[in-house]
Amino acid sequence: MIEILVGSFLVFMIIGALIALETADLLSSVISVGAVGAAMSICFLLVGAPDIAITQMVVEILSLVILIRATIRRDLTTIDGDREFFGLMATLAMIFVFLVLGFYVFPRLPEFGTPSMLQSSQSPAQYYLRNGLKETGAANIVTAVILDYRGYDTLGEATVLFTSILGALAILRVYSRKKKSHDGKK
Amino acid sequence: MTEKNKTAGMSLIVKTVTRWLKGFIFLYGVYIVLYGHLSPGGGFAGGVIIASTFVLLTLSFGKEYSLGKLGKLLASELDSLGALLFLLVAVSGIIWGGIFFLNFIEKIAPSKHFHLFSAGVIPLCNIAIGMKVGASLFMVFIILAVIRVREVNGKRKLITTEKRRTKT
Repeated sequence: MIEILVGSFLVFMIIGALIALETADLLSSVISVGAVGAAMSICFLLVGAPDIAITQMVVEILSLVILIRATIRRDLTTIDGDREFFGLMATLAMIFVFLVLGFYVFPRLPEFGTPSMLQSSQSPAQYYLRNGLKETGAANIVTAVILDYRGYDTLGEATVLFTSILGALAILRVYSRKKKSHDGKK
Repeated sequence: MTEKNKTAGMSLIVKTVTRWLKGFIFLYGVYIVLYGHLSPGGGFAGGVIIASTFVLLTLSFGKEYSLGKLGKLLASELDSLGALLFLLVAVSGIIWGGIFFLNFIEKIAPSKHFHLFSAGVIPLCNIAIGMKVGASLFMVFIILAVIRVREVNGKRKLITTEKRRTKT
């Protein structure tokens, strides 16, 4: 049942992504990207990951608002110009390579829905599930993993966000320092 | 409020609905952050919801109103404070237990499971990340809302609305 639902949402997402790529109007392109994100969030919810579903939903909403705000006020809301021949050829070549490799790889993957991390009793996932509540005291095992067992990774993520905001503020600030003093002299 | 600020933003319907909803959205973000160790959610998702409250204020009331609620300097300070708090929690694991990111409160004084004040440093980390993500995403939106592309003498130039306002 879940396979059919997730599969139909995947088809919906592929259609939405194709519309986002092919349409000429930037605003409707952004909106169909939002539809893809909403379907993605429902998919996460169906396969049992509510944490990721919440994060996906709110990030999608915020990024959609930012994208709409960024596209709607600019003069260029449409794309003109033809598709490049080289780009089309590169896309077709990539699809061909992916299909050939997928033909060999996909039969070796575990079946859909089989938890591959639960195969052996020594795997980290088993350890977290057995000892997570006892060792960290957090009822939400996802939070226990990302903030306790894998806190170092989360610190790296926070550093990436912090550095990118720092760079954006430094480049896009309102006044440059030199100009301000120049205006002051005037 | 000057006449210009009154006309800024969207229509009266949007403004009224925003005035009703902004507190609830903010409260939901705070709930997601504080209960991150008990229920689905956490610092990142809650921080994005808090940021989206201020984005909603910016969209419906205009930039000046939301910057009056959460100034650029305050947002920058909250961003840095969140990052420092997160780092402080990580380093105090070394001080009290010898391991980076050790859950030292839980090690010293184990708490009752499934309570709000439980799980040691994890709620602290969630609050730090929530502050950081909320403030920084709001700043991203403000930066993108301020910058415009304009044609000046046939060239494309980045122009900020604040600069244009001081000129006129």
